[in-house]
Amino acid sequence: MADLANLELTAEERVRFVKDLNSILEYIGRLNELNTDDVPPMAQVLSSYGAGGETIGDKFAYAQRDDIPRPCLEHEEALKNAPDSDGNFFKVPKVIEK
Amino acid sequence: MNLNVLTVESTRVAIRERQFTAARLVEDFYRKIEAEDPVIHAYLTLCEDRALQRARRIDDLAGRGDPLPPLAGVPVAIKDVMVTKGLRSTAGSKILENFVPPYDCTAVERLETAGAIVLGKTNCDEFAMGSSNENSAYGPVCNPHDHSRVPGGSSGGSAAAVAAGTTVAALGSDTGGSIRQPAAFCGVVGLMPTYGRVSRYGLIAFASSLDHIGPLTKTVKDAAIVLRYIAGRDRQDSTSADVPVPDYEQEIEQPVKGLRLGVPKEYFGEGLDAEVRTVVEAAIQQLAEDGCQIVPVSLPHTPYAIPAYYVIATAEASSNLARYDGVRYGYRSPRAKTLSEMYRKSRDEGFGAEVKRRIMLGTYALSSGYYDAYYLKAQKARTLLARDFEQAFHKVDAIVTPTTPTAAFKLGEKADDPLAMYLADIYTVVADLVGIPGISVPCGQTKPGLPIGLQILGKHFDEGTILRLAHAVEHGRASAT
Repeated sequence: MADLANLELTAEERVRFVKDLNSILEYIGRLNELNTDDVPPMAQVLSSYGAGGETIGDKFAYAQRDDIPRPCLEHEEALKNAPDSDGNFFKVPKVIEK
Repeated sequence: MNLNVLTVESTRVAIRERQFTAARLVEDFYRKIEAEDPVIHAYLTLCEDRALQRARRIDDLAGRGDPLPPLAGVPVAIKDVMVTKGLRSTAGSKILENFVPPYDCTAVERLETAGAIVLGKTNCDEFAMGSSNENSAYGPVCNPHDHSRVPGGSSGGSAAAVAAGTTVAALGSDTGGSIRQPAAFCGVVGLMPTYGRVSRYGLIAFASSLDHIGPLTKTVKDAAIVLRYIAGRDRQDSTSADVPVPDYEQEIEQPVKGLRLGVPKEYFGEGLDAEVRTVVEAAIQQLAEDGCQIVPVSLPHTPYAIPAYYVIATAEASSNLARYDGVRYGYRSPRAKTLSEMYRKSRDEGFGAEVKRRIMLGTYALSSGYYDAYYLKAQKARTLLARDFEQAFHKVDAIVTPTTPTAAFKLGEKADDPLAMYLADIYTVVADLVGIPGISVPCGQTKPGLPIGLQILGKHFDEGTILRLAHAVEHGRASAT
């Protein structure tokens, strides 16, 4: 799991997290008491959440704007916070490992 | 000038009437912060030059007799999860220790356009993950009412600064209770608006479907004023709703007589501290005497709120925090030789324990083979929780509960038990999941003098009603003393 999350974790952290996560997962397991066979999932408040929709409905129109190009962040500004840069690109260690 | 009693309302009048200048006020606030904040530790970054410059601009306008913007000269503090152009924004994390954003968060920009003056950025749990402010990479905040206790979290710095009088008002963010819970612990007003009411543009993302920005203030009227200026559609956030913003200041003056108030039995059961219960019940009784009709309601899926929340919030967080990779901004480990080592070491050295714990949990919930059992199941539970509220709101105009099961706990008390810490949000997480607005208003205190908050939950986009009720609670307390 740490690999998937791109985390290294020390040996101590690994022991601690296994213990913590097991107890949290056990608590989360109580969700299995619910019968959700005919219940649609709700990912977003703004989408209709399958609850009949009368309190939601048209109030929650997504804010939309026309697809027109607008000025974006200046190149120099975008690189200002870079840990390493050649003034033109972000620099990272070698990608291809031997 | 007694800075402790200044409100948004009184400050803007004083500036307008030139009882003092904005620059003088800002200077006085910084002297107070210098004297008192080393103990409280509510601020992470101060910006005195920037603030004074803006204050002088207000004073110039006033000097010429030009019209002043509505919040002219009102000092505010901003939770450090909101980005501020040219002003360091850390999200309470070491990974963003030197991050100076190139743009402004919409809510902050709107406050500044309205004339408010940012004093600084406030301490918080790292990436807003926590209920005690002890997860800040820059050290905890202490509760101004009792320095041995937590201010709540994750907007602990914002709540403590308002309570300590080192700002007039503050912005916080709420993903599972992070405005309302610290407001309750610190004895201030904390408002989480409807999802979509306030733009999230420039709010450093924790869980995008749950994150909200809202005010922490000394009075309900101040919360109404601040909300009015930060709310409304923003083209930079597609989830910001195109719904008209009413004049909340007028709405709170309407009588509460005849409003139907739901009291959910699930919020008054096991785990609720006896003293908190007594004080909250007395506040509800006071609202009944003001003419509200009290209606018992049931929100039967309440026990599933915390489990569903910790799946959904951590899943979204694991995805949102993938961006911290040491490439474009933020911390990069000097010890990495290869690209994959750079990702791992940067994240490992940059993130604190709770953030890693949540990334791990979220990654697990989203991983192949577990997605249906955890993430999808939690999203279905979220629907059931939303239906609970929809049904209740057929019968009532608002729902009243305690904000927290106990008053502020001791620093360190729950630091080693993540699950016990999560349960501090047991009464607040549901509103985030369902997207309805909620407010915490002080309604009394424990015998040793720790504040207790009453939570009022309303229908989508009906901040007016909960503000009106909170105003009545505040008024009831004022006339009782």
